[in-house]
Amino acid sequence: MTDTATVAPRARRRSTSMLRRRPFFTLGLAVALAFALAAIFAPYVAPYDPTFQDIEFMMTGPGAQHWLGTDSYGQDILSRIIFGARYALAIGLCSVAIGALGGLVIGLAAGLSDGLVEWLLMRLIDSILAMPSLIMAVAFIAILGQGVDKVIIAVGIAMIGPFARTVRADVMQVRVQLFVEAAGLMGVARLRIIWRHILPNVVYPLAVQVTIRISEAILVSSSLSFLGIGVTPPTPDWGLMIAEGRGFVSFAAWMSGMPGAALAILLIALSLVGDGIREEFDPKLRDGA
Amino acid sequence: MQTSTADPLLSVSGLTLHRGARRILDGVDLSLGRGETLALVGESGAGKSTIAVALMGLLRPSEARIEGRAELAGEGDLFGLPERRWSGLRGGRLAMVFQDAGAALNPCFTVGSQLTSVLRRKLGLGRAAARARAVELLDSVGINDAAARLSAYPHQLSGGMQQRVMVAIALACNPDLLFADEPTSALDVTIQAQIVRLILDQTRARGASCIFVLHDLALASQSCDRIVVLYAGQVMEAGSSAEVLKAPRHPYTRLLKSCVLEIGTARLEPPAGGVPPWEEMPAGCRFASRCPRALPRCAGEKPPLTQEGGRALACWNPE
Amino acid sequence: MSAPLAQAAAPAAPVFELLDVEKVYQVTRPAGFLRRETRGLAALDGVRLRVPGGSSTALVGESGSGKSTLLRVLLGLTRPTNGQALYRGRPIAEARAAAASGFTRDVAMIYQDARGSLNPRMAVADLVAEPLRHFGLCTAAELPARVAELLARVGLPGDVAQRYPAALSGGQVRRVAIARALAAEPSVLVADEAVSGLDVSTQAQLLNLLADLKESMGLTLLFITHDLGVASYLCERIAIMYLGRIVEAGPTNAVLEAPAHPYTAALRAASPQFFAPIAEPLPGEIPSPVDLPPGCRFASRCPRAEADCQGTDPALTSLSPGRTAACLHPLATGA
Repeated sequence: MTDTATVAPRARRRSTSMLRRRPFFTLGLAVALAFALAAIFAPYVAPYDPTFQDIEFMMTGPGAQHWLGTDSYGQDILSRIIFGARYALAIGLCSVAIGALGGLVIGLAAGLSDGLVEWLLMRLIDSILAMPSLIMAVAFIAILGQGVDKVIIAVGIAMIGPFARTVRADVMQVRVQLFVEAAGLMGVARLRIIWRHILPNVVYPLAVQVTIRISEAILVSSSLSFLGIGVTPPTPDWGLMIAEGRGFVSFAAWMSGMPGAALAILLIALSLVGDGIREEFDPKLRDGA
Repeated sequence: MQTSTADPLLSVSGLTLHRGARRILDGVDLSLGRGETLALVGESGAGKSTIAVALMGLLRPSEARIEGRAELAGEGDLFGLPERRWSGLRGGRLAMVFQDAGAALNPCFTVGSQLTSVLRRKLGLGRAAARARAVELLDSVGINDAAARLSAYPHQLSGGMQQRVMVAIALACNPDLLFADEPTSALDVTIQAQIVRLILDQTRARGASCIFVLHDLALASQSCDRIVVLYAGQVMEAGSSAEVLKAPRHPYTRLLKSCVLEIGTARLEPPAGGVPPWEEMPAGCRFASRCPRALPRCAGEKPPLTQEGGRALACWNPE
Repeated sequence: MSAPLAQAAAPAAPVFELLDVEKVYQVTRPAGFLRRETRGLAALDGVRLRVPGGSSTALVGESGSGKSTLLRVLLGLTRPTNGQALYRGRPIAEARAAAASGFTRDVAMIYQDARGSLNPRMAVADLVAEPLRHFGLCTAAELPARVAELLARVGLPGDVAQRYPAALSGGQVRRVAIARALAAEPSVLVADEAVSGLDVSTQAQLLNLLADLKESMGLTLLFITHDLGVASYLCERIAIMYLGRIVEAGPTNAVLEAPAHPYTAALRAASPQFFAPIAEPLPGEIPSPVDLPPGCRFASRCPRAEADCQGTDPALTSLSPGRTAACLHPLATGA
């Protein structure tokens, strides 16, 4: 292509909103936002107190009074799901933040160092990666003890491995690019090259990873509570609720089914959002603004 | 466009190709006699490669909408053919040499298996016959120790050798028409000369015609009997390459020629700017926005491609 | 080519001087079953080159000739294994390391892959401003005006400043790379195939831009290219490389009009010329620099090779004032 050509058409395509071009992304985003809003405004949205036990309405099926039914203590399941969204999202976001930050630091260091330091960092990453994140989180819970904050830390540390690996791969790719060599030729200091040239090219793909991995973190934290080693009752946590309803599945399926459905819907919505963002901001497809 | 020989092989008329709202090709006419070599020249975006790809039937209807006719001797209109017939033609009567041989050859198979598979599928040769023919072909494209090279993988060969293998595969079934899409632009000049010579010698020996897609006007003048100058999907000028390039009548041909560097060129006088984006493409002659000789009517009215003494020209104000 | 060139190029101290530079890479290759052997691969083998201040030199060669390695040596990205590579009289590696030498500011580079040399996450304005900021050449307040001026100088419209490289065409990206290279007001411009792979009209525009900049800024230009036409348009002097060595050097037009080395003649004949019949191509391909024959390295492909070429390795010798060639049986140059 010769000079002035080619700019306009791409800019035009871009100006149509991402929301209109990607209906599934929009749907996912709407659902995820609905969950987030419900979680934030839970006290106003929820019809009942999530821990209020109404003896008269124990194990009532979904109906006009209790839309999604009640559990074995007579607690309203809809309210518990709404309050549970708070824990799910908080744990997901915070643990992913820990994982991403830790992964960024370790991955950057591993990608930029060489010799013994690189070897040590890589073995550290390998050892984190050697175990599935759930098993890893279980191990950390065993050390740290139970509770929401402990779950966040445990899941976060378990996620450092995958983040560090992708960051390292990106760093290795970026550090050999010509623009990094060009900055070096100009005499730009090493730290500044990392800050100006390497980091921005690593952070964008990392942000995409973050959106995709939030759902994984939520799943792991729910699994922990399902196993009874994460959040403690009577906290309205989805994993816990599914576990509590397990014994009554044959005649009160809604007890496990409703929180399970909420979890599945949120996870699907989040992965739709993650996929949309990845496709939109993939460096290979990215152009212009 | 007139064919210079009485024995036409291919004649394309009104070839128009839409991709979405864009008219990538706009009423392209060209024709080719048996044994002739034709150069399609122009800058990027001119549609030279698109013509080759369209004539090879490699565009799916979902990608592009094609209008116009392309008569291949003995086949009728190519664009009316069913896909089954197309796949018989490709690699048979029509063959193609790509720009990047390294990418066009499959890295997972040896040169021999890629060559013999064409021979066995298209010509129905047996295993031993295909192998013998493959050795012959590699030998004819100047690959030393051809029998041993059959077991080489593409990456074990240099760029020049890969391109020779591509030529061998393209020639395997004695095509009537060979498309060579920038066959040498990835190669060094000494190798470029070898490959161009090879393609010309081999097609000449087989009496085949050849359409070269080129960006180098000097190379076009050296290698092709006739030339078609394209700009943004329109034919600007066509005719015998010696006549067109020695005395260009279209301002665009003149411009292209004036930008060619020769040893000892004192000063280039290139026009400013470049091909306009599709949204700003003039409705008439697409070159109007850059043309030094443009008249008021040029941007709005497309000049017809008129024939005159074996040359064709689309310009309201020729030189 | 040292002695004759010195006479031709005034008394000015050379910007770059290469004295018998060698660069040997160790490569391992299989030697039978489960055995590997390490061999030396001489990418550069006794290169002598003198680039006087204010001159323009084209370095021409095919792939595998060692141009890229020579470039890395000149930029101080790699050290020669033997011989000396000097920048204004001091070793390049030393000059690069010493901030006071001004090497990093004085020597600017334009890459062949201009797009790859620009950070895709930075807008054009930031890309051009980076050298200005880095060398502290202007205050923050002056920055936008200075960037606009640089963009205008390379013929880019002002609105390009806010765009990202991915939104620019090939020609525009090259112009941004040139603007960035010029931002630090260097005195030496090293360009690696800076105009290849472009449409002819864009290439012509860029060549004129470079020629004008060379003139107006008094740049020392070192232009690596495979295109003899580009070399003759832009550079007064030319050095032809083959297999890690300079085989012929001299004033561009004299060398191209009457080449002394058969390889130069072959390159000349192989570059397309209007209406000339395609010349008989040079046989074979550039051999591997591992296992070089003892004699002249071009002998295996040379149409004029004689018996002594297989045994004697010709040195780069002076033919006439300003012209050198490494050939035992040079072609008549008429000089």
